[in-house]
Amino acid sequence: MTTIEKSRKKESALRRPRDLTRGAYPGWFYLPAGVIYGVLFLLPTVVSFYFGFTRWNLSSAEFIGFDNFVTFFTQERLNRGFINTLIFGALTSVAKVALGLLLAVVLTSGIFARGYLRAVIFFPVLVSTIGVGVTFKILLDPFDGLVNQGLALIGITGPGWLTDPNLAIYSIAFVDIWKGVGLAALIYIAGIVAIPSDYFEAARVDGSNAWTNFWNITLPLVRPATITVVILSLIGGLRSFDLIWTMTSGGPGFASDTIASVIYKQYAAGYYGLSTAGNVILFVLVTVLVLPIYLFLNRKSKEL
Amino acid sequence: MRVERIRNLVGGIIAIVVTGIVFLVPFIFILLTAMKPREEANLLEFALPQTFVLFENIAEVLQVRDYTVVRAFINSSILTVLSVSVMVVLAAMVGWTLQRRKSRWNGLINMLVLAGLIIPPAVVPTIYVMKGLGIFATLPGLILIEIAFGLSFCVLLFRAFAATVPKEIDEAAILDGAGPIRLFFQVAFPLLRSVIITVIVVQSVAVFNDFAAPLYFAPGGDNVTVQLSLYNFQSQYFTSYNLLFTDILLITIPPLIMYIFFNKQIVSGLTSGAVKG
Repeated sequence: MTTIEKSRKKESALRRPRDLTRGAYPGWFYLPAGVIYGVLFLLPTVVSFYFGFTRWNLSSAEFIGFDNFVTFFTQERLNRGFINTLIFGALTSVAKVALGLLLAVVLTSGIFARGYLRAVIFFPVLVSTIGVGVTFKILLDPFDGLVNQGLALIGITGPGWLTDPNLAIYSIAFVDIWKGVGLAALIYIAGIVAIPSDYFEAARVDGSNAWTNFWNITLPLVRPATITVVILSLIGGLRSFDLIWTMTSGGPGFASDTIASVIYKQYAAGYYGLSTAGNVILFVLVTVLVLPIYLFLNRKSKEL
Repeated sequence: MRVERIRNLVGGIIAIVVTGIVFLVPFIFILLTAMKPREEANLLEFALPQTFVLFENIAEVLQVRDYTVVRAFINSSILTVLSVSVMVVLAAMVGWTLQRRKSRWNGLINMLVLAGLIIPPAVVPTIYVMKGLGIFATLPGLILIEIAFGLSFCVLLFRAFAATVPKEIDEAAILDGAGPIRLFFQVAFPLLRSVIITVIVVQSVAVFNDFAAPLYFAPGGDNVTVQLSLYNFQSQYFTSYNLLFTDILLITIPPLIMYIFFNKQIVSGLTSGAVKG
C-alpha cells in the first residue's frame, strides 16, 4: 500500500510539467452546458422509459406493462404512423442521395451559371418548414393549385395530392425532398471538390470517359459525403413532424400520420403514457437505424 | 474544347430553366400573391398583380389580431438572440475542453453529444420536467430548451475546430500566467472566431425557423413565435391568401438576409461532415 502510494507520488511528480497544462482545461467547463442538457434533455429521455409503460396524467402514473406498446402496434390508426415513418425516412434519404449526387456532379462540371444554380437549389434549406408547408399545401390544391393548373395546360388531370389517402404521405415526402436536396447537393459538392485532381488526370491518360470517371473515382471517394447525407436525411426523415403537421396534420384520416405526429396527437388528446410510448418507439427506431451507420463512419475515418 | 464550351452553355441554360420552374416558381408565387388584393389573390393564379398593394398587405398583416405578428417577431428575436448567445459560449467551452483535456470521461461525453444529435426529444416527459421547474409555457423555459437541443451540433463543430488550433499557443499563454478562464476567453475564444460565426449563423436560422419546440413547450398567446403565428394564421385566414402569403414573405426575409451576407459560413457549417466525417 505505502509502496504503491510512494510510486504514485513519484509518478505524479515526474508528470508535473504535463499536469501544468492539464489544469488549464478544468472539468467544470462541462458543468453549465451539462446541467441544461442533463435536466432538459437527458432526464426526460431517461424517464420516458418508465412513463411509456404507464397510464399517466402528469400527477400520477399507473404501471401497465406493455399495454401502450401493444396498443400502438395493434391499432391501425397508430401503426400506420410507424409504417409511414419508415416509408418517409427511406424515400427521402434515397432520393436525397440520388438527386443530391446528380446535382453535385452537374454543378462541379464546367456548366454555365454554376454559382447561381447552387444558390437557387440551396435557398429552400434555409426557409422555414412551416412557410414551405403552407405554400405547397396551396400549390398542391386539387382544383385551384398551381401544380394541377399547370398539369391541366398539358392535358393531364392532376390527382388530389394531399387529399388522396394513398398519395398524401408521398406528396409530403416530395416536398421534403424539394426542401432538403440542396443541402445534400452541397455536402456532395464539398466531397467532390476534395477529391485530388490527379486521380482524374491519371484516369484520362488511361482513356477513361465521364461515366467510368464517375463510377470508379467519384462514387467511391465521396463515400463520407454519402454517409453524412444518409445520416442527416434519416435523422430528419424519421423525426419529421413540422411539414406533415402543416400540410395534412396526418390526414386525410390518419393516412399520412408518422410516429412524431402520433406522439403529438396522443399528447393533445391527454393520453400521456401512450404518447410517451411513441417517443420510446421513435427513440429505438432512430437509434437502431442511425447508430450503426455513424459508428461505421467513425471507424473508417480513424483508419484513414 | 469549343464543343465542350457550347455543351456547358446549353447544359447551363437547360438547368436554369428546370431549376427555375422547380425551385423559383414557388417563391415567385409567394411574392406575387403577397402583392395582390384579396379577390385577385384568391384566384391563386401565377400572374402579375393588376393592383399593387404589397405595403397595404404588410400593414394589415402586422395589425391582425392585436399586432400578434409584431409580438411574434419580438418574441422570436429575443428567443434567437438569447438562446444562440448562451449556446455558443457553453458549447465552445465543452468543445474546447473535450478536444484539449484527455480523460476517461471523454468517451462518455462524446456519446452524450452524439445522443443529443440523433435522439428525438421526449415530448410529455420534457413538459413534466419543465412544469416541475415552473418554466413550462414561458419564454425563459423555451430559451433553455433551444439551448439544450442545439448544444450537440455546436459542440461537434467547436471540437473539430479546436483541433486545428496549435497547442503551443495554449502553452505560451499558460507560461505567461493565464488561468483557465483567461486562457479560454482571451486566447481560445478569439482563435475560434470563424467557427463561432458559422455556429451563430446556422443556429440563428435553425432557432428562428423552429416550430416543434415552441408548439410543445411554449403554448399560449403571449409566447407566440413567428412560426407558430404563421401556423395559426393559416387556419384562420385561409380565405385571404394575400395576407397569408405576405406573412410567409415576412418570415422568409430574416433567413434570406442571413443567406446573402453569410453564405460561406452557412455552407461551411452545414457541410463540415462531408470530407472527413
